[in-house]
Amino acid sequence: MQSTADAFEDLRKDFPVLNRRVRDNKKLVYFDNAATTQKPNQVIDAISDYYQNYNSNIHRAVHALAEESTEAFENTRDIVAKFLNIEDSREIIFVRGTTEGINLVAYAWGRDNVKEGDIIVTTEYEHHSNIVPWQLLTQEKKAQLKYIDIDDNGELMLDQLDDYLSTGKVKLVTFSHMSNVLGTISPVEKIVSKCKSAGVKVLIDAAQSVPHMKVNLNEIGCDFFVFSGHKMLGPTGVGVLWAKKEILEKMSPFLGGGDMIREVHKYETTWNDLPYKFEAGTPNIADVIGFAKAIEYLEKIGMDNIRNHELELTKYALEEMKKIPGLTLYGTKEPEKRGGVISFNFNDVHPHDVGTIIDKDGVAIRSGHHCAQVLMEKLNVAATNRASFYIYNTKEEIDVLIAALQNVAKVFKL
Amino acid sequence: MSGDPIYTEMIIEYSRNPSNFGKIADAHIHQHDANPLCGDTIDLYLNIEDNKISEIKFDGHGCAICMACSSVLTEMIKGKSLDDVKKFDKDELLSELGLQHLVKTSPVRIKCALLSLKSLKFGIYSYFVDKMKDSESAGNLNEEAANLY
Repeated sequence: MQSTADAFEDLRKDFPVLNRRVRDNKKLVYFDNAATTQKPNQVIDAISDYYQNYNSNIHRAVHALAEESTEAFENTRDIVAKFLNIEDSREIIFVRGTTEGINLVAYAWGRDNVKEGDIIVTTEYEHHSNIVPWQLLTQEKKAQLKYIDIDDNGELMLDQLDDYLSTGKVKLVTFSHMSNVLGTISPVEKIVSKCKSAGVKVLIDAAQSVPHMKVNLNEIGCDFFVFSGHKMLGPTGVGVLWAKKEILEKMSPFLGGGDMIREVHKYETTWNDLPYKFEAGTPNIADVIGFAKAIEYLEKIGMDNIRNHELELTKYALEEMKKIPGLTLYGTKEPEKRGGVISFNFNDVHPHDVGTIIDKDGVAIRSGHHCAQVLMEKLNVAATNRASFYIYNTKEEIDVLIAALQNVAKVFKL
Repeated sequence: MSGDPIYTEMIIEYSRNPSNFGKIADAHIHQHDANPLCGDTIDLYLNIEDNKISEIKFDGHGCAICMACSSVLTEMIKGKSLDDVKKFDKDELLSELGLQHLVKTSPVRIKCALLSLKSLKFGIYSYFVDKMKDSESAGNLNEEAANLY
């Protein structure tokens, strides 16, 4: 019987890119998983198989290839529904990614439901994709955008949410399940229950959570839930918006075009049933089919095992990084309250310089504002370094990162 | 580390102790710019006398490459005529710091190296445009400026 660590080590063979060398023949240490993850052969092969053997547009033609592609595409919808514990797969809308999913809600739901003076509440640790669509909407509607601030520990100050809700003007509370910079896991249950008591809709940006932990949408009780396939072993260009059927049915469409209609006449159109009403145009068929394999891969490992593996890596990395003089760590000190994302700064060395120097040792991290400039302002920095882990990462790779950081100290004579 | 060096003694030194760092109150030209990729910002301040750059300072947050290039740029163009600044080429700046290789090897980092030069050119061109009464030549200049990068 394999130990758990060995089992995780063993799955590296499924990821061809992990074998490659970068720069001066250095082993690749890929710690940019919060941006996008690598893809296993199972996903890559499924996409090739579609193009080589049954490439065809879906839903309309009656020939053999179209039947096969439609079945594979719709099968993914069922797999996603089961993965999230949703009974009705018609509530699963395929989009390009989290950004498109949030924009869809802001456009199609927001324009019909948000009026002058209403309040949309978001948080200080949101990605730009959960800020800008709401700025556009509130500016257009003369509504207000309010923020739940974070405390020194990188956690949301929920008292502020109570204050906003007590105004009776809040229409939507939208927040990330897990911060893409601090790794903080939001207190979802508390937020949802406060909003439900106030009769307010809730959107969860789950781009950073669904890939790393078990999510049971049946229990969470939110109204909208959005995430991306490419951050969980799947291809780019596939994301999921889930919303309750009653809400989706009342919502106006987002994009108009083929597939989303029932009947089109010269001056009027009736809409197709869910989920097609929100899937205008030929979708990303190949990548949706590939995405099914990504979910199957993750489920085979088990989401709880994945969470534990990342927690182990995060604890180890935090311990080792604390030993480096001059290294500032952001976010909560309690590993259980965070995902496998570590943001840091190293003395006054700019993150771009840190990123470039450790890249020479094959270590890929992210340097910059991580599309979270509101949070950067709060932290009073222009940018941070961010290392983020996934299923194929190991403690040995963290040792490589630590050694590479010591090299930064040498170059900058720290 | 091997390959073309980036973090030379000179770059580290300039990043630690940048030249002409600071602000000029009521400067004739104040140009702000940011690198959308990383959030680096720069503010460039210039005073012009007799069509020459009499004073120049820069302020902002940037990486070592950005700080070193901004420092060297301000040193190189101080005292130069505006026409010379218009002609000033990125290669002159990059070769001063041995960073010409970035053009080919690092399309991301080259933006750090050239942020201050980009601000300088936009600042100077905007200054010309402001000085011009005739809107047609101003339009041409705007177009020339837009094609710089």
